[in-house]
Amino acid sequence: MSDLIPFIVAKYNYWIYITLMMIGLYAMIAKNNLVKKIVGMNIFQTAIILFYVSIGAKKGATIPIIEHAHGDAARGSVSHAIEIAHYINPLPHVLMLTAIVVSVATLGVALALAIRVYNRHKTLEEDEIIDQIKGI
Amino acid sequence: MSQHYPVLLVIVPLLSAFFISAAGWLNRRLCFPIAVAALSVAVFSSVGLLLRVLNENVVLYKLGGWSPPWGIVYSVDYLNGLVLVVVSVVALLNLVATQRSVEQEFSEKIGAFYTLYILFVTGLLGIVVTGDAFNLYVLLEIASLTGYGLIAMGEARAPLATLNYLYMGTIGASFYLLGIGYLYIVTGSLNMADISAILPSLYHSRTVLAAFIICMVGVWLKMAFFPLHAWLPNAYTYAPSAASSLIAPLMTKVMIYVMIRLMLTVFTPEFVFGTLTLSNSVVWLAVIAIVMGAVLALAQRNLKKMLAYIIVAEVGYMVGGAWLGNRAGMTGAILHIANDALMTLCVFLVVGNIVYKIKGYAFDDLKGLFRKMPFTMGAFVVGALSIIGVPPTCGFFSKWYLILGSIQAGHYGFMAALLFSSLVNVILFFRVIEIGYYEPVQDHEGHEAHAERVAEAPLSMLVPLLIVAAGLVVVGLYTGDIVEHVIEFAIPKGIV
Repeated sequence: MSDLIPFIVAKYNYWIYITLMMIGLYAMIAKNNLVKKIVGMNIFQTAIILFYVSIGAKKGATIPIIEHAHGDAARGSVSHAIEIAHYINPLPHVLMLTAIVVSVATLGVALALAIRVYNRHKTLEEDEIIDQIKGI
Repeated sequence: MSQHYPVLLVIVPLLSAFFISAAGWLNRRLCFPIAVAALSVAVFSSVGLLLRVLNENVVLYKLGGWSPPWGIVYSVDYLNGLVLVVVSVVALLNLVATQRSVEQEFSEKIGAFYTLYILFVTGLLGIVVTGDAFNLYVLLEIASLTGYGLIAMGEARAPLATLNYLYMGTIGASFYLLGIGYLYIVTGSLNMADISAILPSLYHSRTVLAAFIICMVGVWLKMAFFPLHAWLPNAYTYAPSAASSLIAPLMTKVMIYVMIRLMLTVFTPEFVFGTLTLSNSVVWLAVIAIVMGAVLALAQRNLKKMLAYIIVAEVGYMVGGAWLGNRAGMTGAILHIANDALMTLCVFLVVGNIVYKIKGYAFDDLKGLFRKMPFTMGAFVVGALSIIGVPPTCGFFSKWYLILGSIQAGHYGFMAALLFSSLVNVILFFRVIEIGYYEPVQDHEGHEAHAERVAEAPLSMLVPLLIVAAGLVVVGLYTGDIVEHVIEFAIPKGIV
């Protein structure tokens, strides 16, 4: 037990993303309402986005912009060496901009489809729709 | 000009999708010609690219002049050169063949339909051409989202079927993204060639193992590999006929390509077949996929759903062949990507023609069809023979390589599954042919109708269908050349 807590705390970002992902997956599997499933799907996607954001973060580092780099060069003074450890990696965050756009688009398509389903069956509960299709 | 083929392949269809969308508002008759022009450019560039690959082995295109691994590259080698030609040719033939059926099914929404159609093909071409793992995810989502749109335009039950597809498809794509994330943690790169150069020292890392398995599960979901196939039959059955004859041949096949690309280029064969000991179990999964696909197809009472379950079995062929881990099996899997795309196109175009004429595809609607639509049903017989695997149609040759691979690997379960599924296919197709040939058409009172007149689909639908049917035989006859000049070089030396 005493080993477990440091183990969880040390990698807490992974535990959070996995918990969120499982909540989303649970909603998609267990919920009966189509919109709740869509919300679960969105939580699932957000969990992966948070995972990417967390792997790009670094303790004590700053944004990857080198201050006064051009100004110093113009004045002729040699700027001090750049330590990679001082800067966070921006790439995972940039990738997630694309992933956010994708997840918003997916959400939009899913909700549009839910409207189509509702217009036809007048309900969003999956079991009632299946009963209607089977003709009960 | 020719050095820009890789990017033209994606850019021209992408931009013309916007023009089609605009034309849909201004003058609907312009939509179809723009779509044909865009896909013709794609076919032209993909054939040109394959010819360049035959001379230069690998064609690299650096987008914006940024060299890899910092920039995104499009890289075309023997493997994706072949798949590009298949995708663009199938998309163009289907576009031409379904013009009348699209006009019949969506008089008002032609602009929207063709926009989605061209964007879908753009996504698929992009997936195949790209050499960047994250770029592949974005294009995969472009293809999927437009695919959902196309399927949802179908009959009444289509939106619900599409919603189920969307849930499963999104989980699949997200898993792929997650796997790429793990790869990025350990390698710090997204370029496929770069990742595979960094990975060898990390083969025993558990992160790499997790990345590989998560990517594979994601791709399997997208290709409807058996336990993960539940979305496919309904989605493909209720889609409009022009969309199902586009998506059914291409989407699963492109995902098989992605799986083979991940196995051969990103994770090398040394890792997949050497370090991991998974291959035997995956081939057994493929055996279950083939058997279950065939058995479930037997239970269907309508043509389109039966064909959808046959696709589930065919996916099992290709996954199993790729995971056998020898040259013959891999050759069979890659060859089957091309062959299965063509024969699925052939049988789904037949369904499109039948729906166009008699508005139905249940087995009861097929009575007397051989007399009514002799050419369409003739093409159906050729497609059926190819799916069963009768020489000289192309389906025979890929199945031959797959069986050869299973014997070399000593995996007799896979061989038995292939033979079992061929026998079931014989039953499936001859049942359809029997209904179409022998059962008389009945009118509403149950009396036999008098002398059926020939009422074929219009020529614009018939001619492309007959070209595809002839293509099945021609590709079969030239199998030797395809294997010798293209596929032989697509498989790395590591696989014996």
